[in-house]
Amino acid sequence: MTVSLLGIRHHGPGSARAVRAALRALEPDIVLVEGPPEADGLLKHLPGLVPPVALLAHSVDDPARAAFWPYAVFSPEWQAFVHSHEYAVPLRFCDLPAASTLAQEPTEPAEPAVRADPLGWLSRAAGHDDPERWWEDVVEHRLGGDPLELFAGIAEAMTALREQEPDPDPHDTAREAHMRTVLRATVKEGFSRIAVVCGAWHVPALAGRTTAAADAAVLQGLPKVKVATTWVPWTSRRLSYGTGYGAGVASPGWYAHLWGAPDAVAERWVSRAAALLRASDLPASPASAVETVRLAETLAAMRGRSLPGLSELDEALEAVLCEGSPAPLAVIREQLAVGLQLGNVPDTVPTVPLQADLERTCTRLRMKPTAGDRDLELDLRKEMDLARSQLLHRLLLLRLPWGTLRVSRSTGTFREAWTLRWVPELSVGLIEASRFGTTVPAATAAVVRDRAGSAVDLPSVTELVEAVVLADLPQALAAVTAALEQRSARTGDVGHLMAALPPLARVLRYGSVRRTDTDLVQGVVDSLLVRVVAGLPPACTSLDDDAAAALLRALEGAQEAVELIAAGNQVEAWRGALLAVADLHGAPGLLAGRCVRLLLDAHVLSGDDVGRRLSRALSVARAPADAVHWLEGLLRGSGVLLLRDGVLWALLDEWLTGLSAEHFEEVLPLLRRAFGDFPAPERRQMGERVRHGAPRGVAGPAAADWDAERVAVIVPVLAAVLGADRG
Amino acid sequence: MSPRPAGRTTAVPIPEVLRPHAEDQYAAELAALDAADDRQRPPAWRLSPWAVVTYVLGGTLPDGTVVTPKYVGARRLVEVAVATLATDRALLLLGSPGTAKTWLSEHLAAAVSGDSTLLVQGTAGTSEESVRYGWNYARLIAEGPSEQALVASPVMTAMREGRVARVEELTRMPAEVQDALITVLSEKTLPVPELGTEVQAMPGFTIIATANDRDKGVNDMSSALKRRFNTVVLPLPASEDAEVQIVTARVAQLGRALQLPAEPPALTEVRRVVQVFRELRSGVTADGRTALKVPSATLSTAEAISVLTNGMTLAAHFGDGAVSAADVAAGLVGAVVKDPVQDAVVWNEYLEAVVKERKDWRDLYRACRDLDVVVQ
Repeated sequence: MTVSLLGIRHHGPGSARAVRAALRALEPDIVLVEGPPEADGLLKHLPGLVPPVALLAHSVDDPARAAFWPYAVFSPEWQAFVHSHEYAVPLRFCDLPAASTLAQEPTEPAEPAVRADPLGWLSRAAGHDDPERWWEDVVEHRLGGDPLELFAGIAEAMTALREQEPDPDPHDTAREAHMRTVLRATVKEGFSRIAVVCGAWHVPALAGRTTAAADAAVLQGLPKVKVATTWVPWTSRRLSYGTGYGAGVASPGWYAHLWGAPDAVAERWVSRAAALLRASDLPASPASAVETVRLAETLAAMRGRSLPGLSELDEALEAVLCEGSPAPLAVIREQLAVGLQLGNVPDTVPTVPLQADLERTCTRLRMKPTAGDRDLELDLRKEMDLARSQLLHRLLLLRLPWGTLRVSRSTGTFREAWTLRWVPELSVGLIEASRFGTTVPAATAAVVRDRAGSAVDLPSVTELVEAVVLADLPQALAAVTAALEQRSARTGDVGHLMAALPPLARVLRYGSVRRTDTDLVQGVVDSLLVRVVAGLPPACTSLDDDAAAALLRALEGAQEAVELIAAGNQVEAWRGALLAVADLHGAPGLLAGRCVRLLLDAHVLSGDDVGRRLSRALSVARAPADAVHWLEGLLRGSGVLLLRDGVLWALLDEWLTGLSAEHFEEVLPLLRRAFGDFPAPERRQMGERVRHGAPRGVAGPAAADWDAERVAVIVPVLAAVLGADRG
Repeated sequence: MSPRPAGRTTAVPIPEVLRPHAEDQYAAELAALDAADDRQRPPAWRLSPWAVVTYVLGGTLPDGTVVTPKYVGARRLVEVAVATLATDRALLLLGSPGTAKTWLSEHLAAAVSGDSTLLVQGTAGTSEESVRYGWNYARLIAEGPSEQALVASPVMTAMREGRVARVEELTRMPAEVQDALITVLSEKTLPVPELGTEVQAMPGFTIIATANDRDKGVNDMSSALKRRFNTVVLPLPASEDAEVQIVTARVAQLGRALQLPAEPPALTEVRRVVQVFRELRSGVTADGRTALKVPSATLSTAEAISVLTNGMTLAAHFGDGAVSAADVAAGLVGAVVKDPVQDAVVWNEYLEAVVKERKDWRDLYRACRDLDVVVQ
């Protein structure tokens, strides 16, 4: 009976290669692999799997409690699976059952211990600053050699390292006790050549002598939960650092390359980089590729390394092929060093927890997926309907359009109308979305956070703010507000800044009902307001009519938001900015006029102030068209102001009558538009005032010779123009 | 030995010049490195690549000699630069103004070939003669074309002697002058058709060029030329401490050189100026909580140095000799607000949202407000 302990580095291609060679040399009759034993039954799906994939174990009662074991093609464990499949050798997982792992409260490792990074210690002992590079040098670049000798060396080194360890981690102790227990059971079953593939750190513990009774004592009384396991598709990106459940491999693409390239690793890598650049329409000549390899080799020699590693190649690519520019380098890092691989899982594997969670939620909300179209009217004042609406909004964020919103809802109304239709593609999408989380809210929040991080401009983040409110995702609010803060600082577009205010104001106003963290939002609103106030006046110059109209819409939204939520000094600053626009030379009339009106309504400007400005706006120096725009801005929506204030009326009257025939023709349609959206009673009153008030100088000196008949022809037309025909 | 008066690193007493060459100023360090260096040296190199990196980044030699750091920054950048020179490729140092491109090129040339003086300054008026060769016209007319009538450019000299030639501000040269370098770099030869000869580069010859990536398009390099260079982009200092270190050291040096009676600014004042520069440059406050707009100005470390020396001058001649917020404010505003409209918005936003909120920055806020940069 022989037991071979193959100590590996998780996700190390060199380890994977050594494991493959060792297994072929050893010809074991059973292979034990570090992993949750609950997943033993899942190995039958292996032929249909395309790595990267991950084993997922989650608590049945609480799917949010889950753990992933990701595998890439270059993972030693994966190679063990492949060997077991190809040579029909039984394979079992021997780690502590996920039932126990998931039952414990997840704890952060208190301090960096040797066990957390055994290779770091070894590489420091060898005088290298970077454990990955050191491992690359001594293992990953070892193409030939006797794999069994290598594993013996690793076992020796780990034994020496573990002697330094002050006190063993209780979780590790339990895991290793379980591994030994499984090993003993396997021996008892009569297997004679056993190979164990486990993390290098565990090798000495498995080789050491302990009694079965001692291990049983360690394992006794561990808490347990009910666990389900399945395979989920994984991506290269998720294997790398920085993303949730990452495998800690900074450059999975590089490792895949090390695994796949038979020889000339550096040359092949540079050729692939050059091909990638050419595919992106960036220059990359073969001559530069040659120089890149030369530089990488010189750098490696300078640093005393036998072969150039990823860092040398990266630096050489930056200096030569990318000519120092960051954009192509980012392409190489993203697509080559990290990689774009997406794993695949066949339909036969068990349901993912996200799917289970959706089914549970649907049962609770009494919603049933149907193939045909079905209409759903929701009254958001009812708890159940609100929850349904939130679910549908969440699914939309997950790009699972089960429901289509027929009438988009403004926050003011409480009705929503949806059309529901379940298509088979949604099930596939659900499995894809499962990599974001195990429950609908958690996955949606992860997606929102992800999108907030990658959003390119302010409006797309602003949209997310709305989405967070509609889908009720307070847990994603922090990320979205942070992104908003970021983008708002970068943008020069004051219109975008102002457009971001109303949804935030709504969150602030209604946020307390939804228990969202309003302090965060308040901070963003404060800084947004500072930016808007500083940027508004300069943004109001050199605008054409369309741009001015767009900015006006944003400005009115911002005005409402300011009234809704701003503090006293903020309102004052905002009004200061409006006043600056009102008096800004070169501001479009529409905006200047509107600002005057807003300030009049806020009692910042008196009637006299407005009169002075109106007379300035209507003075001869200004183009008549611009004057009408000013008027439109001032009167927008309601003419009561004109009816109430005799001075303004007289000014307007004087201006209109003083226009030359040519100018009058020019401004008539504009005037019609400006007055057209007043309510009918107001227009009637104006008409009456025009008719009964003292019309001064309507026809100039010729007024004495009125021809009643001809006047009678014109009057209906004039009445139609002024909208007074029903008067 | 080379025929040129190459004895720059010997013990000849250095005359009192305003600014000695790197190889003269640091002759002692170079000699110590030479003595301690037992690694392989590329042909015609004065030092091994390892020793060159140590010369640039500083360190302590086995015999106890302390080598001062000339460049504060990432080791890998300097390593790539030196490895480039060792593969006899030309090196292009790219970066914003004030990121020590020229400084680094001078020290690299001094360490590699003991001579940093083979220099071509790129300007709009740089002619092909300063890259290839010119003629001594008196002799040319008297004797006809001859070896004696030829006036070699620094590049030609460097080729003959296997040294490093430096080209400053490469992209400011007219494109056709730039392209004269292509033959030199790819064929390593410079034909002289008038004499029917050519100058072939000796081992050790290479070129270090610097170019500014801020005002691109002045005379953008042709891709044929670009391909002959390995490019190293010099970034702005990575951490606040590194930048404070650079600024304090340079301000003290410059203050001495200009014989200013004022005290060098206190570390807190240096730190504050550096923080303002870094925050505006990176578009986020030091605590990472508030994002900011970025002004059009470069805000390089060199400018931070000049804001502080300017403050020292003000304090010395018009103030009480100690650099205060008011002495720094004018220089600060001048450095940030280069575009009167856009940058004024950026600056006002920064003053109101950041400076005003910091309690111990009140003096700076008032000093800047007194200068009154108003958004029109």
